[in-house]
Amino acid sequence: MTIKKRYLTLFSAAMLSVASSVWAADAGQKVIIGSADFPENQLLATIYAGALEAQNIQVEKKLNIGSREVYIPALLDGSINVIPEYSGALLSYLDAKNQAHSSEEVAAALVTKLPEKVKMLNTSTAQNSDVLAVTKKTADKYKLKTIDDLKPIAGQLVLGGPAEWKTRHEGVSGLREVYGLNFKTFKVLDVAGPLTLTALKNNQIQVADLTSTTPEIKKDHLVALDDPKHLFAAQNIVPIVAVSTLNPTIESTLNKISAQLTTEDLIAMNEQLAEFTSIDDVAQQWLTKHGLSK
Amino acid sequence: MSDWFFTLSHWYGDDGIVPLLLQHMAYSAVALAIAVTVAFPVGCYTGHTGKGEALLIGITNALRSLPSFGLIILLVILLAGYFESDMAFVLPCIIVLVVLALPPVALGVHAGIRSVDPNVHDAAKGIGLTPLQVLMQVELPCAIPLIISGIRSAALQIVSTATIAAYVSLGGLGRLIIDGRAANDFAQMTAGAVLVALLALVIDVFFSLSEKFVVSPGLSRRTKNP
Repeated sequence: MTIKKRYLTLFSAAMLSVASSVWAADAGQKVIIGSADFPENQLLATIYAGALEAQNIQVEKKLNIGSREVYIPALLDGSINVIPEYSGALLSYLDAKNQAHSSEEVAAALVTKLPEKVKMLNTSTAQNSDVLAVTKKTADKYKLKTIDDLKPIAGQLVLGGPAEWKTRHEGVSGLREVYGLNFKTFKVLDVAGPLTLTALKNNQIQVADLTSTTPEIKKDHLVALDDPKHLFAAQNIVPIVAVSTLNPTIESTLNKISAQLTTEDLIAMNEQLAEFTSIDDVAQQWLTKHGLSK
Repeated sequence: MSDWFFTLSHWYGDDGIVPLLLQHMAYSAVALAIAVTVAFPVGCYTGHTGKGEALLIGITNALRSLPSFGLIILLVILLAGYFESDMAFVLPCIIVLVVLALPPVALGVHAGIRSVDPNVHDAAKGIGLTPLQVLMQVELPCAIPLIISGIRSAALQIVSTATIAAYVSLGGLGRLIIDGRAANDFAQMTAGAVLVALLALVIDVFFSLSEKFVVSPGLSRRTKNP
């Protein structure tokens, strides 16, 4: 290239980049939606993203961030602006000693405990709580119906769950303090995913932390134990939004999603995800069915 | 972060450095031993006879491209039905580490034997050694530097990758990294990473020192009298 051509190319490239950055800034504020590292949460974030895009809001998705201990600081420091959360678990993270357990109590307590920078929108009736699950064989062998029934035999059983259960109150320490359970060992696997389910079915672990919307509970006849002492509080789906990003359109769109989302929806969608339908497809189907897509 | 190292429970507790380190070294040692046992004869055969070189290179390239992380999870899901105990996790972990170590060891042995001077090979045949004697008494001793370098490379890869054992509920130094990440405890996570790096360094130094004792002085020109 001749010198003249080279300078001309450089100049036009520089102009284009300046122009595009000015143009992008003009296009309005971008909303960054984050999610935790399990499929259901990624699905909810994708649903939020799809609905907001249908309202011509520019959205960037940062899915699969990690556990609450990682993404809540990210929400507070502005790395993400929106996160689909579970009311009880978030409350436990913010205030470990809180006694609220019904949906209304948890929502009311959460409003007071959330930091100033973020706001919670309306809760949905859809819930996805942690459950302790055992196989039907184990339940029949020890006559297990509630978590209390595990007390006499906990020392012979292996518990399986995600790594965050080692330090969380709604985990190994909570089971010890509230129910007096001291399991033989705790195996770190995943968040109610294929590793935990395989280990439960093949008896490497006898008690597993699953979620109430895990489709395998119904499919493989697993028994979810009752939680009479309410260690696992109500877990309604609720969007948490950074106040700096919040505007009436975002608020009304996400509230519309929360109003129409049900627990049965979650179970059905999780079943589809388990059969390898892509997250984007499942989210798009739900949005179209409820008239929230483009 | 150095505070993390000064807490005694972090050294000897349930997930303490000492038990995790011992587990890590145990998985690595077993995997390395199996890999050397399998790959050494294969490399000897292809190096000595010269046959099957293309096949060896093709297979080792294919093995190198297998993603260890995906493979370990796949093996756990496939094999968990056959074992009721921890073996359902330990066996996939060892298999994955062995698969990782086979290419460097096999290629190291193969290259080492192939690199022996043809004159030396000729001289050995000339004095009447049988092919097996040529292999054992002449080719292998000459090939030791490259063989050790192959085993060293395999050992380093195994030690670094053994951290994935923690993902399927086993121990090892990966436990510190994974638990630290989930609990947002950067001190624990960094400590795990630093310890893995230190262990790899120690193993590397060990192998480079061992070369001094194992390689014949004539090969490394350390003899004083020519």
